[in-house]
Amino acid sequence: MTLAGDILQITALSLLVAGTSTLVATLIAVPIGTVLGLREVGSARLLRNILFTLYGLPPVLAGLLVFLLLSRAGPLGPLRLLYTPLGMVIAQVVIVTPIILGITMSVVSTVERRVKDTAFVLGADRYQLSITVLREAAAGVLTAIMVGFGRAISEVGAVFIVGGHIEGQTQVLTTTIITDVAQAEYGHAVALGVILLLLAAVIYSLLYRIQERTLP
Amino acid sequence: MSLEVSGLVKSFGAREVLRGIDLRIEPGEIFAIAGPSGAGKTTLLRCVDFLLRPETGSIRYDGATTPAEPAPAIALRRRIGMVAQNPLLFRGNAAYNVSFGLCIRDVDEPELSRRTADALKALGMSDLAATRASVLSAGEAQRVAFARAVVVRPDLLLLDEFTANLDPTNVNILEGAVREYNRSTGATVILVTHNMFQAKRLANRVALLLEGRIVEVGAVPEFFENPKDPRTRAFVTGEYAY
Repeated sequence: MTLAGDILQITALSLLVAGTSTLVATLIAVPIGTVLGLREVGSARLLRNILFTLYGLPPVLAGLLVFLLLSRAGPLGPLRLLYTPLGMVIAQVVIVTPIILGITMSVVSTVERRVKDTAFVLGADRYQLSITVLREAAAGVLTAIMVGFGRAISEVGAVFIVGGHIEGQTQVLTTTIITDVAQAEYGHAVALGVILLLLAAVIYSLLYRIQERTLP
Repeated sequence: MSLEVSGLVKSFGAREVLRGIDLRIEPGEIFAIAGPSGAGKTTLLRCVDFLLRPETGSIRYDGATTPAEPAPAIALRRRIGMVAQNPLLFRGNAAYNVSFGLCIRDVDEPELSRRTADALKALGMSDLAATRASVLSAGEAQRVAFARAVVVRPDLLLLDEFTANLDPTNVNILEGAVREYNRSTGATVILVTHNMFQAKRLANRVALLLEGRIVEVGAVPEFFENPKDPRTRAFVTGEYAY
């Protein structure tokens, strides 16, 4: 494969893994975060504290846990997901979900009480009330997704352990930068670093535009 | 819709805000509840609209108490509309806000658009349909909130100091809209106000609420011209300092 083809493949896989894990984490975290954010009860507070702790979960530890789950002797070993992009997605979902969930829960719980009361007096049922609150919190939820994607695209430890950095199969931008530096391929590492930065800039500007539109 | 409130008590911590309210409001009337700030007027309305649960007492709607099952309870809630003093408008434009109640009742698109446009037109807001709620003036926002409450044609309309702090033009428009809604639908209206002039202009009957208790209930002429209770007289004549 040519150098350009090689870089293109690594970049595409980085986007695919980070994008898929952010999407899956969003689908899990936003509904749960909304429900928990609407309930100011003791159990929700306890869960919030646990989530805040998980914000600081070291990616290598998450990677190790997923590695043990997916390894041959692990409970999910028969699925043969270790050293595959899907395995990398699972590892990143573990890292990103608590972040999106925690921020969603916080922004939903800070939506004015009057929003809930207004929807209630206008005849909303429980589901319609949740959707209304989520709509009011849309800008904050989008921020949660942006933070989650940022964590996923820049993450290196977990994808290295679970993906194994196999050439042509599980190489992503961050793991390639690490190995390039180890092999004194500084020029290649810097080029990949610039690509990573540009990708982040393009994606964030797109999300920012969406966020601007959701603001009043 | 008729409303029968019996022995209603509501406290916040050690503070008893409603101390045994008894009221009967007939279908189709405009009933004003007057009283100074802190008398319990808003608390009473919030109990009627299920936003607060009283400790004791009951509220009967058309002779029936609140159903225990969620579906009939929502059906009852949807027969009641409310406009607050400082209404909250949802993110979006004026038309979105007005159509909210129709959306959640699954009203189909052509009817939804027609009724939203009619409601905005009735409040003189047609040209502001696409305007974002966040840039509306206080008077415009209150007109949108009123249109949002009545577009679903509630049988009972609760108005909580709904024109407080508005200029005379907006007060005029909104009071006209209340009269028209009451006349055209036969809906019952409960108006909470500390503005005795507004109570006199709009209501058929008035109750004075002081310190969580109903002091006197009467038809407008009798209440204002020949009050029985000295506290009502003091309130009506402006001698009552609050």
